[in-house]
Amino acid sequence: MRKTLSSMLLALLAFASCAAWAAESDTRLLPAPINRLDVESLQRGARNFVNYCLTCHSAKYMRYNRLADLDLTDAQITGNLMFATDKIGQTMTVAMSPANGKAWFGNPPPDLSVEARIRGREWLYSYLLGFYRDDKSATGWNNLVFPNVGMPNVLWELSGVNKLVKTDFDDHEKAMGAAIAVKGLAAIEPLPKQQFAVLQVAPDVPGTMTRAQYEAFVGDLVNYMDYMAEPVRNKRIHLGIIVLLFLGVLFVFAYALKRDYWKELH
Amino acid sequence: MSKVLTWIDERFPLTALWNSQWGKYVAPKSFNFWYYFGSLAALVLVLQIVTGIWLTMNYKPDAAKAFESLEYIMRDVQWGWLIRYMHSTGASMFFVVVYLHMFRGLMYGSYRKPRELTWVFGCLIYLALMAEAFFGYLLPWGQMSYWGAQVIVNLFSTIPVIGDDLSLWIRGDYTISDITLNRFFAFHVAALPLVLLALVAAHLMALHETGSNNPDGVEIKKQPKDPRTGLPLDGIYSHPYYTVKDIVGVVVFLAVFSVIVFFLPEMGGYFLEANNFIPADPLKTPEHIAPVWYFTPYYAMLRAVPSFLDTQVWGVIVMGVSVLIFFAMPWLDRGAVKSIRYRGGLYKAWLAAFVVSFLILGYLGTVSITVWGQFADKFPFYGADKATVVARVFTVVYFLFFLLMPWYTARDKTKPQPSRVRWS
Repeated sequence: MRKTLSSMLLALLAFASCAAWAAESDTRLLPAPINRLDVESLQRGARNFVNYCLTCHSAKYMRYNRLADLDLTDAQITGNLMFATDKIGQTMTVAMSPANGKAWFGNPPPDLSVEARIRGREWLYSYLLGFYRDDKSATGWNNLVFPNVGMPNVLWELSGVNKLVKTDFDDHEKAMGAAIAVKGLAAIEPLPKQQFAVLQVAPDVPGTMTRAQYEAFVGDLVNYMDYMAEPVRNKRIHLGIIVLLFLGVLFVFAYALKRDYWKELH
Repeated sequence: MSKVLTWIDERFPLTALWNSQWGKYVAPKSFNFWYYFGSLAALVLVLQIVTGIWLTMNYKPDAAKAFESLEYIMRDVQWGWLIRYMHSTGASMFFVVVYLHMFRGLMYGSYRKPRELTWVFGCLIYLALMAEAFFGYLLPWGQMSYWGAQVIVNLFSTIPVIGDDLSLWIRGDYTISDITLNRFFAFHVAALPLVLLALVAAHLMALHETGSNNPDGVEIKKQPKDPRTGLPLDGIYSHPYYTVKDIVGVVVFLAVFSVIVFFLPEMGGYFLEANNFIPADPLKTPEHIAPVWYFTPYYAMLRAVPSFLDTQVWGVIVMGVSVLIFFAMPWLDRGAVKSIRYRGGLYKAWLAAFVVSFLILGYLGTVSITVWGQFADKFPFYGADKATVVARVFTVVYFLFFLLMPWYTARDKTKPQPSRVRWS
């Protein structure tokens, strides 16, 4: 029995180490500095979202009146956040048709309702900081996290213009080391002859925001998108704590009952 | 109350049924941790049926509306999110509980004479559960739902001669479509739950006919009766003793279940996959298609088997046999004792190898075959994907556990089995 258990443990360990191994990827994403409980950040994120994203991207499963979750009144929502409709029970749709989107950007801009669940916060945050100028692409923009993306850098006036910085290395390990040393957004690109390049973005032309301001702006936006992907999350976690406390109390009674009955068997 | 009961009992054997199935069912007193998972499987079955009924009230089995109706349930239906997470978590936890329940059977030889039919019904439940999970996974109509179903249904098209027509017949269309979604919905909410319930009833009736095994493999029915109680020396009534014990198990299980539902509903992408939040798109194949974790050991075997004679049917056969081979266990095992406590090193080593194979294949099924890269040129497997070679090795080990069982269980140096259960 003990042998079986220890071999099972060994197998589990092997399993866990494999998982860590597989998690490595060739783009080093940034951790998203977001806090699901920061209501003001979520409010700013909602403002950023409806002003900058909701012209091309829909969020067709998100109702405007759901924004009441973020301590906003109906009047605040109708007055400041609704541009496409006057009915507060409506979902966040856009006027642009998928056909137009396909014609203009190559692919229709995806609906963003659950985008944070698909991509993850780190990805979204890194993506919005990963744009750089690329004269070879159709839009004039490219992205470190999503190469050859159809979306232009719509936030460029705020962020300024970044350029791509490329450094070549002789092997993958050196490139990996350099990418880690960047301590920021970096990607590794294989080159011919077993060489690898580390790609980074660097500021070229400043925008209306400082780097820190822009990072905070994107952070708020990602925080909001993360909320929008699962609006019930805070309530879910809160309820979970209550349920576990209840089960804890129930356990005490259930265990006492079991002990009492089983006493007579000993 | 007792008048009502008498009235009923004169017309329907209610008390007799309760007593034979649970109330006066005599079980060994030495059940340990591993014996919780049977009652927990029953609990999860009930949870799945109840949450499933409520999901059906708002779900729309229509290719144009299915994905949307799920987000509607998650956002606009009162407590819809909770019911949906309970159902999605329940699906995975069903397999967790069933795998642990089956492992208990392997450890203590619960499949052996006289419980062969209990085991066979259990294997049928496992098959029905796999079908139930497969049909259910299409319903959210996300990318993984769609392409997972596409891959699995295409397996049937590898069968020679009838394959293409067979997969067409299963789908009802040339690709997975609205028609497929509707029939999978019918199977998921009506046909298979009925089959499952009937099989569970048969599983329990067979068990209660032979009596339960225990960690020592002692047949308590063969023991002399205790003159005080009239029960076998190591036997106790299930009710109230195992009723109150199983309630403790239920509370602990519900705590684990709640941690997942309330804090980790996606379970790191293993219970709810990120790609399944993208609506199904028949024109866009995802880069990496992987089934949900509970199918991955078999998926890894499917991928590991090379195609030859111009057909890939061999992988499908291996996958099918790897599940069906469980049925044969009662007749493969020739050990002198049932329980691992009295078996020799051979059985223990093979069981450990089997568990390790199952876990490693399970992991490999979740990742791309290039995950560990390729062997260098000098190696005998030059250029082959390392993961594929590893999967082949463990597929062989998996099968050897069963195929060599008649040999190693007969040769094993067992200890004598006691006549009483060990119990403190």
